[in-house]
Amino acid sequence: MNKQKYALFIGCTISVRGLNYELSARRVAEKLGIEFVDIKEFSCCGFPLGGIHHSSAVTMAARNLALAETKGLNIITLCSACTGYLTEVEKLLADNTNEKLLKEVNTKLKDLGYHYKGGVKVKHFARVLYEDIGVDKIKELVKEPLTGIRVAPHYGCHYIKPSEIFDGFDNPIHPKSLDKLIEATGATPVHYRDKLQCCGGGILAVNEETSVKMVKQKLDHIKDANADAMTLICPFCSIMYDEFQPTVESTYELEYNIPVLYYPQLLGLAMGLDPKEDLAVKKNQVKVKPLLEKLEKLRRGEKS
Amino acid sequence: MTEIKSSSKEKPITMKDLDAGFKFKVAEEPGGEHIKRCFACGTCTVVCPVFSVNDQYNPRKIIRMILLGLKDEVLKSDFIWLCSGCYSCYELCPRDVKITHLMNAVRNIAVREGHIPKPMKAGVDHLEKFGRLLEGSEFENTLRLKKEIPELNLTIPEVKKLLKKTGIHKVIKSSEKDE
Repeated sequence: MNKQKYALFIGCTISVRGLNYELSARRVAEKLGIEFVDIKEFSCCGFPLGGIHHSSAVTMAARNLALAETKGLNIITLCSACTGYLTEVEKLLADNTNEKLLKEVNTKLKDLGYHYKGGVKVKHFARVLYEDIGVDKIKELVKEPLTGIRVAPHYGCHYIKPSEIFDGFDNPIHPKSLDKLIEATGATPVHYRDKLQCCGGGILAVNEETSVKMVKQKLDHIKDANADAMTLICPFCSIMYDEFQPTVESTYELEYNIPVLYYPQLLGLAMGLDPKEDLAVKKNQVKVKPLLEKLEKLRRGEKS
Repeated sequence: MTEIKSSSKEKPITMKDLDAGFKFKVAEEPGGEHIKRCFACGTCTVVCPVFSVNDQYNPRKIIRMILLGLKDEVLKSDFIWLCSGCYSCYELCPRDVKITHLMNAVRNIAVREGHIPKPMKAGVDHLEKFGRLLEGSEFENTLRLKKEIPELNLTIPEVKKLLKKTGIHKVIKSSEKDE
C-alpha cells in the first residue's frame, strides 16, 4: 500500500482543548502508515464566520486551502466542522460557474502572497480510515480487541452532511462508517434512538440552555441503550458530551457516567497503545478508568 | 382590510408594515437563493433538533416570515441565531431550500443592519487577535513538546490582515445586538 501523506488540519478547538484527540490520532496514524505534515500557518478554517460575513469566511478557508496547495498536499481533518467548511469552499471554488468568486478571493489573497488554483481534496480522518485504509487493514492491526464492550457511535453533523459535498462515501440518513470502525476494534456498536441528533455545539455561545437540553436528550438515549461508552470524531461534540456531561448531571440531578472517547482513542486501545502515554485518556472529563477496568476483567475472563 | 396576527405579540400587522422586497434581498444573498421555493411542508421543523427542545426556533415559521416581508421582526430576532447548523433540514427538504445556508444568509444581512450577538462579535475579535477562535498558551506548547508533537503558532497574524482585506469591520456596525 502506498503511504498516505496529508497536511494535518487541526483547527481552533483541538489546538487548545483536544490534545487527547490529536495525540491519539497521531499515534494511530503512525501505526497505519498515514503521514501527517504540519503546516503551522493554518488558521481557523473560516466556518465561524459563515453566519457573520460570507466573503470573509470563504477567503479564510481559501487561504488554508492555498497553503496546502503550495505544498502539493491534500488536507486531512480531525474536526468535523473544519471538514465540512473546507470541503464546501473547495467545491464552491472548483465550480466553473463560480469563476468570478474565485477571482475575487484571489484578489484578496494576493497581497498576503497566496494564489489558490483549486483541487485540494479535504477528508476527515475517520473517512480516510474507512475509505482509504479500510476496515480489513485496521483489523489486522488490532492486537487487543475490545470484545464485550458496547460503544454508541456519535457521527456528528458535518462529517456526513450536507451529503452533496461528500462524494457519497457514507449515507447521511443511515450512515455506517463509524459503526464499521467500531466493529473493527472488536467492540459492539450500539444502536440508539435519534442516533444522528446534533450535539448543539453550534449554539452553545448564544444559548447554553438549549444546547444543554440537546445534550441531555442524547445522553438519555445512550444510557437507555446500555452502552459502556460513546465514541465520536469531532472536538466540539466532545466538549458537549464529555465536558458538559457533569453540567447536565447537576442541572437535572441525574447520573450518566458515560465515558466519551475519540475514535482514535478507542482504536488505540485495541491496537495496544498506552492509554495514558499515547492516548491521553486522563484528559477526558468523564473518567475512562472504569471502562479500562471492565476491559481488563473481560480479558482475564477470556483467558481463564 | 387585510390583517394578520403576529403570534408572538398578538399585535395586528397591516400590509404597510410588510417589506415585500425582503425576500428578494434574501434571495440575492449567498445561500439564500432558494428561499422562494418553500411550499411550507414543515419537514425542516419536524426534523430540527433545536426545535425539539426550544420552539423559539422554528425554521418553517422563519421562512414564512421572510416571504411575508416581516423584515425587522426577523432581523432583530434572537431566533435566527438558534440554528445549530446540523444540516438535518438541508438533507430532507423536498424543495431544496438549503435552509442551513439560508439561515446564514439571513444572519449576514442582520449583521450588516447592526444586529450581531455579542458572542459572535467576540469570536471575530478572537480570530483577529489569535487567528483561532480560542486562545492558546505556552502551556499547550509545553504539553505538546512533552508528547513530541509540533508546537503551535500561538498567533496567526495573517488572519488580521486577511480580515482587513475582506472588510469585516465595515460590515459589523458598532451598534451591536445586546444579549
